[in-house]
Amino acid sequence: MIMDEKLKLFWEIGEKMLSATPHASELGMRFVAVGPATATLSLPYADQLIGDTGTGVVHGGAVTTLLDQACGLAAFTGFETLGALATLSLRIDYQRAAKPGETIIATAECYKTTKHVAFLRAVAHDGNESDPVATAQAAFMSTGPRMSFEDAIAQRLARKNKAQQDKKTGDAA
Amino acid sequence: MSDTDLQSRVEAMLADIPYAQTLGVRPSFMGEEFTLVLPFAQSNIGNATLPALHGGGIGGLMETCAIVQLLLANPGRALPKPIGINIDYLRRGKPVDTFARAQIFKQGSRVANVRVRAWQDRFDTPISALSGQFLLGRTSD
Repeated sequence: MIMDEKLKLFWEIGEKMLSATPHASELGMRFVAVGPATATLSLPYADQLIGDTGTGVVHGGAVTTLLDQACGLAAFTGFETLGALATLSLRIDYQRAAKPGETIIATAECYKTTKHVAFLRAVAHDGNESDPVATAQAAFMSTGPRMSFEDAIAQRLARKNKAQQDKKTGDAA
Repeated sequence: MSDTDLQSRVEAMLADIPYAQTLGVRPSFMGEEFTLVLPFAQSNIGNATLPALHGGGIGGLMETCAIVQLLLANPGRALPKPIGINIDYLRRGKPVDTFARAQIFKQGSRVANVRVRAWQDRFDTPISALSGQFLLGRTSD
Protein backbone atom coordinates (compact mmCIF):
# COMPACT_ATOMS: atom_id res chain seq x y z
CA MET A 1 0.00 0.00 0.00
CA ILE A 2 2.73 2.42 1.04
CA MET A 3 4.66 1.24 -2.04
CA ASP A 4 1.87 2.41 -4.37
CA GLU A 5 1.81 5.83 -2.69
CA LYS A 6 5.60 5.99 -2.84
CA LEU A 7 5.56 5.20 -6.57
CA LYS A 8 2.93 7.87 -7.23
CA LEU A 9 5.10 10.35 -5.35
CA PHE A 10 8.24 9.35 -7.28
CA TRP A 11 6.40 9.61 -10.58
CA GLU A 12 5.12 13.08 -9.71
CA ILE A 13 8.60 14.22 -8.64
CA GLY A 14 10.27 12.58 -11.65
CA GLU A 15 7.97 14.30 -14.14
CA LYS A 16 8.49 17.67 -12.45
CA MET A 17 12.25 17.21 -11.98
CA LEU A 18 13.29 17.83 -15.57
CA SER A 19 11.30 21.04 -16.07
CA ALA A 20 12.71 22.24 -12.71
CA THR A 21 16.29 21.54 -13.86
CA PRO A 22 17.34 24.27 -16.32
CA HIS A 23 20.30 22.37 -17.80
CA ALA A 24 18.21 19.21 -18.37
CA SER A 25 15.53 21.26 -20.16
CA GLU A 26 18.22 23.09 -22.13
CA LEU A 27 19.47 19.77 -23.58
CA GLY A 28 15.88 18.58 -24.20
CA MET A 29 15.94 15.70 -21.72
CA ARG A 30 12.67 13.82 -21.09
CA PHE A 31 11.25 11.80 -18.24
CA VAL A 32 10.37 8.21 -19.18
CA ALA A 33 9.76 6.22 -16.01
CA VAL A 34 10.67 5.77 -12.39
CA GLY A 35 10.39 2.73 -10.13
CA PRO A 36 11.65 1.71 -6.71
CA ALA A 37 15.38 2.54 -6.95
CA THR A 38 15.35 2.79 -10.77
CA ALA A 39 14.84 5.63 -13.23
CA THR A 40 14.73 6.00 -17.01
CA LEU A 41 15.21 9.25 -18.93
CA SER A 42 15.67 9.99 -22.62
CA LEU A 43 17.56 12.51 -24.70
CA PRO A 44 16.10 13.03 -28.19
CA TYR A 45 18.68 13.72 -30.89
CA ALA A 46 19.26 17.42 -31.57
CA ASP A 47 21.85 19.42 -33.52
CA GLN A 48 22.87 21.33 -30.39
CA LEU A 49 24.10 18.07 -28.78
CA ILE A 50 26.53 17.16 -31.57
CA GLY A 51 30.19 16.73 -30.61
CA ASP A 52 31.61 16.41 -34.13
CA THR A 53 29.94 18.12 -37.11
CA GLY A 54 31.80 15.70 -39.41
CA THR A 55 29.96 12.64 -38.08
CA GLY A 56 26.90 14.10 -36.34
CA VAL A 57 27.64 12.00 -33.25
CA VAL A 58 26.34 13.33 -29.90
CA HIS A 59 29.04 14.75 -27.58
CA GLY A 60 30.15 12.67 -24.60
CA GLY A 61 29.27 15.57 -22.30
CA ALA A 62 25.59 15.31 -23.25
CA VAL A 63 25.63 11.56 -22.51
CA THR A 64 27.38 12.32 -19.20
CA THR A 65 24.63 14.79 -18.27
CA LEU A 66 21.87 12.31 -19.16
CA LEU A 67 23.51 9.54 -17.09
CA ASP A 68 24.12 11.91 -14.16
CA GLN A 69 20.49 13.01 -14.18
CA ALA A 70 19.15 9.43 -14.43
CA CYS A 71 21.44 8.33 -11.58
CA GLY A 72 20.28 11.30 -9.51
CA LEU A 73 16.62 10.35 -9.87
CA ALA A 74 17.33 6.66 -9.16
CA ALA A 75 19.35 7.61 -6.05
CA PHE A 76 16.49 9.84 -4.92
CA THR A 77 14.13 6.87 -5.01
CA GLY A 78 16.71 4.49 -3.51
CA PHE A 79 17.14 6.24 -0.16
CA GLU A 80 15.04 5.42 2.90
CA THR A 81 14.21 9.11 3.32
CA LEU A 82 13.65 12.01 0.92
CA GLY A 83 16.03 14.94 0.47
CA ALA A 84 18.54 16.77 -1.70
CA LEU A 85 21.44 14.92 -3.35
CA ALA A 86 24.81 15.67 -4.84
CA THR A 87 26.96 13.61 -7.21
CA LEU A 88 30.16 12.37 -5.54
CA SER A 89 31.66 10.46 -8.42
CA LEU A 90 30.73 9.39 -11.91
CA ARG A 91 32.57 6.81 -13.99
CA ILE A 92 31.56 6.48 -17.63
CA ASP A 93 32.71 3.97 -20.23
CA TYR A 94 31.90 4.98 -23.78
CA GLN A 95 31.37 1.73 -25.64
CA ARG A 96 30.53 3.15 -29.05
CA ALA A 97 29.35 6.31 -30.78
CA ALA A 98 25.61 6.97 -30.45
CA LYS A 99 23.83 6.65 -33.82
CA PRO A 100 23.14 10.11 -35.28
CA GLY A 101 19.41 10.81 -35.31
CA GLU A 102 18.53 8.31 -32.58
CA THR A 103 17.14 9.12 -29.12
CA ILE A 104 19.45 8.06 -26.29
CA ILE A 105 17.77 6.28 -23.39
CA ALA A 106 19.40 5.98 -19.97
CA THR A 107 18.32 3.61 -17.21
CA ALA A 108 19.89 3.86 -13.77
CA GLU A 109 19.64 1.40 -10.90
CA CYS A 110 20.42 2.22 -7.29
CA TYR A 111 21.72 -1.11 -5.98
CA LYS A 112 22.83 -0.03 -2.53
CA THR A 113 22.28 2.83 -0.11
CA THR A 114 23.83 3.55 3.25
CA LYS A 115 22.57 6.33 5.51
CA HIS A 116 24.19 9.04 3.37
CA VAL A 117 25.58 7.40 0.23
CA ALA A 118 23.87 5.75 -2.76
CA PHE A 119 25.67 3.48 -5.24
CA LEU A 120 24.40 3.24 -8.80
CA ARG A 121 24.85 1.58 -12.15
CA ALA A 122 23.46 3.01 -15.37
CA VAL A 123 23.24 2.11 -19.05
CA ALA A 124 22.72 4.46 -22.00
CA HIS A 125 21.58 2.98 -25.32
CA ASP A 126 19.87 4.07 -28.52
CA GLY A 127 17.19 1.41 -28.84
CA ASN A 128 18.80 -1.89 -27.89
CA GLU A 129 19.73 -2.16 -24.24
CA SER A 130 22.11 -5.05 -24.88
CA ASP A 131 24.16 -2.87 -27.26
CA PRO A 132 24.92 0.13 -25.00
CA VAL A 133 26.38 3.45 -26.05
CA ALA A 134 27.81 3.93 -22.55
CA THR A 135 27.70 2.42 -19.09
CA ALA A 136 28.18 4.30 -15.84
CA GLN A 137 28.94 3.72 -12.21
CA ALA A 138 28.13 6.50 -9.74
CA ALA A 139 27.99 7.45 -6.08
CA PHE A 140 25.64 10.10 -4.72
CA MET A 141 25.51 11.69 -1.31
CA SER A 142 22.54 13.06 0.57
CA THR A 143 22.88 16.73 1.50
CA GLY A 144 20.79 18.84 3.83
CA PRO A 145 17.68 17.92 5.82
CA ARG A 146 15.70 14.78 5.02
CA MET A 147 12.04 13.84 5.27
CA SER A 148 10.40 10.45 5.84
CA PHE A 149 8.25 9.00 3.05
CA GLU A 150 5.25 8.93 5.39
CA ASP A 151 5.54 12.69 5.90
CA ALA A 152 6.08 13.33 2.18
CA ILE A 153 3.03 11.25 1.27
CA ALA A 154 0.92 12.99 3.94
CA GLN A 155 2.04 16.36 2.55
CA ARG A 156 1.15 15.29 -0.97
CA LEU A 157 -2.32 14.17 0.19
CA ALA A 158 -2.87 17.45 2.06
CA ARG A 159 -1.93 19.41 -1.08
CA LYS A 160 -4.32 17.34 -3.17
CA ASN A 161 -7.20 17.77 -0.69
CA LYS A 162 -6.57 21.50 -0.52
CA ALA A 163 -6.60 21.76 -4.30
CA GLN A 164 -9.92 19.86 -4.41
CA GLN A 165 -11.34 22.03 -1.67
CA ASP A 166 -10.25 25.21 -3.47
CA LYS A 167 -11.82 23.90 -6.65
CA LYS A 168 -15.10 23.16 -4.80
CA THR A 169 -15.28 26.61 -3.21
CA GLY A 170 -14.36 28.07 -6.60
CA ASP A 171 -17.22 26.15 -8.27
CA ALA A 172 -19.70 27.22 -5.56
CA ALA A 173 -18.75 30.89 -5.96
CA MET B 1 52.71 30.94 -31.78
CA SER B 2 51.01 34.10 -30.59
CA ASP B 3 48.03 34.22 -28.23
CA THR B 4 45.68 35.43 -30.94
CA ASP B 5 46.77 32.63 -33.32
CA LEU B 6 46.08 30.06 -30.62
CA GLN B 7 42.81 31.74 -29.76
CA SER B 8 41.55 31.61 -33.34
CA ARG B 9 42.79 28.02 -33.74
CA VAL B 10 40.75 26.89 -30.73
CA GLU B 11 37.75 28.93 -31.82
CA ALA B 12 37.86 27.05 -35.13
CA MET B 13 37.99 23.71 -33.25
CA LEU B 14 35.03 24.66 -31.06
CA ALA B 15 33.04 25.64 -34.15
CA ASP B 16 33.04 21.92 -35.07
CA ILE B 17 31.57 21.05 -31.65
CA PRO B 18 27.97 22.40 -31.48
CA TYR B 19 27.63 21.01 -27.92
CA ALA B 20 30.42 23.38 -26.83
CA GLN B 21 28.29 26.28 -28.04
CA THR B 22 25.26 24.90 -26.20
CA LEU B 23 27.31 25.03 -22.99
CA GLY B 24 28.68 28.44 -24.00
CA VAL B 25 32.40 27.76 -23.42
CA ARG B 26 35.14 30.06 -24.70
CA PRO B 27 38.91 29.62 -24.85
CA SER B 28 41.40 31.73 -22.92
CA PHE B 29 45.19 31.80 -23.15
CA MET B 30 47.97 32.93 -20.84
CA GLY B 31 50.94 32.58 -23.11
CA GLU B 32 50.50 29.09 -24.53
CA GLU B 33 48.62 27.86 -21.49
CA PHE B 34 45.07 27.00 -22.39
CA THR B 35 42.07 27.43 -20.11
CA LEU B 36 38.50 26.69 -21.14
CA VAL B 37 36.03 29.11 -19.56
CA LEU B 38 32.37 28.35 -18.88
CA PRO B 39 30.77 31.75 -18.26
CA PHE B 40 27.84 31.49 -15.88
CA ALA B 41 24.52 30.92 -17.65
CA GLN B 42 21.12 30.15 -16.12
CA SER B 43 20.77 27.32 -18.66
CA ASN B 44 23.65 25.43 -16.98
CA ILE B 45 21.94 25.24 -13.58
CA GLY B 46 21.23 21.72 -12.31
CA ASN B 47 19.74 22.57 -8.91
CA ALA B 48 17.71 25.77 -8.86
CA THR B 49 17.10 25.81 -5.09
CA LEU B 50 20.76 25.69 -3.96
CA PRO B 51 21.59 27.01 -6.63
CA ALA B 52 24.27 24.81 -8.24
CA LEU B 53 25.59 24.12 -11.73
CA HIS B 54 24.63 20.77 -13.28
CA GLY B 55 27.28 18.10 -12.67
CA GLY B 56 26.80 16.88 -16.23
CA GLY B 57 27.56 20.35 -17.59
CA ILE B 58 30.73 20.54 -15.50
CA GLY B 59 31.64 17.09 -16.87
CA GLY B 60 30.96 18.35 -20.40
CA LEU B 61 33.20 21.38 -19.79
CA MET B 62 36.08 19.18 -18.59
CA GLU B 63 35.63 16.66 -21.40
CA THR B 64 35.65 19.44 -24.00
CA CYS B 65 38.73 20.93 -22.32
CA ALA B 66 40.54 17.57 -22.62
CA ILE B 67 39.56 17.24 -26.29
CA VAL B 68 40.83 20.73 -27.16
CA GLN B 69 44.08 20.18 -25.25
CA LEU B 70 44.66 16.96 -27.23
CA LEU B 71 43.94 18.75 -30.52
CA LEU B 72 46.42 21.50 -29.59
CA ALA B 73 49.08 18.88 -28.82
CA ASN B 74 48.35 16.94 -32.02
CA PRO B 75 47.93 19.37 -34.93
CA GLY B 76 46.41 17.79 -38.01
CA ARG B 77 44.71 14.92 -36.18
CA ALA B 78 40.94 14.43 -36.16
CA LEU B 79 38.84 14.87 -33.00
CA PRO B 80 39.76 12.44 -30.20
CA LYS B 81 37.02 10.21 -28.77
CA PRO B 82 36.55 9.50 -25.07
CA ILE B 83 36.98 5.84 -24.04
CA GLY B 84 36.41 6.18 -20.32
CA ILE B 85 36.18 9.06 -17.89
CA ASN B 86 36.16 9.26 -14.13
CA ILE B 87 34.78 12.41 -12.52
CA ASP B 88 35.11 13.42 -8.87
CA TYR B 89 32.76 16.13 -7.69
CA LEU B 90 34.51 18.02 -4.91
CA ARG B 91 32.48 21.15 -4.26
CA ARG B 92 29.16 22.62 -5.32
CA GLY B 93 29.41 24.48 -8.62
CA LYS B 94 28.28 27.97 -7.67
CA PRO B 95 26.40 30.16 -10.17
CA VAL B 96 29.58 31.94 -11.30
CA ASP B 97 32.15 31.47 -14.10
CA THR B 98 33.97 28.11 -14.11
CA PHE B 99 37.44 27.39 -15.49
CA ALA B 100 38.99 24.13 -16.69
CA ARG B 101 42.58 23.23 -17.47
CA ALA B 102 43.82 19.89 -18.83
CA GLN B 103 47.12 18.11 -18.56
CA ILE B 104 48.12 15.25 -20.85
CA PHE B 105 49.65 12.74 -18.42
CA LYS B 106 50.73 10.25 -21.03
CA GLN B 107 50.27 9.98 -24.75
CA GLY B 108 50.88 6.89 -26.84
CA SER B 109 50.31 6.41 -30.56
CA ARG B 110 46.60 5.70 -30.16
CA VAL B 111 45.53 6.52 -26.61
CA ALA B 112 46.14 9.50 -24.34
CA ASN B 113 45.61 9.82 -20.60
CA VAL B 114 44.33 13.24 -19.60
CA ARG B 115 43.55 14.91 -16.28
CA VAL B 116 41.36 17.97 -16.03
CA ARG B 117 40.66 20.29 -13.13
CA ALA B 118 37.66 22.61 -12.88
CA TRP B 119 37.64 25.52 -10.47
CA GLN B 120 35.84 28.77 -9.74
CA ASP B 121 37.33 31.07 -7.06
CA ARG B 122 40.82 29.64 -6.85
CA PHE B 123 42.85 27.08 -8.74
CA ASP B 124 43.69 25.56 -5.31
CA THR B 125 40.05 24.85 -4.49
CA PRO B 126 38.83 22.74 -7.44
CA ILE B 127 35.12 22.00 -7.73
CA SER B 128 35.69 18.90 -9.84
CA ALA B 129 38.39 16.71 -11.36
CA LEU B 130 38.31 14.41 -14.36
CA SER B 131 40.69 11.69 -15.39
CA GLY B 132 40.09 10.02 -18.71
CA GLN B 133 41.38 7.94 -21.58
CA PHE B 134 40.89 9.23 -25.11
CA LEU B 135 41.33 7.54 -28.45
CA LEU B 136 43.35 9.91 -30.64
CA GLY B 137 41.88 10.96 -33.98
CA ARG B 138 43.20 9.82 -37.36
CA THR B 139 46.22 11.61 -38.78
CA SER B 140 45.43 13.67 -41.84
CA ASP B 141 48.13 12.06 -44.07
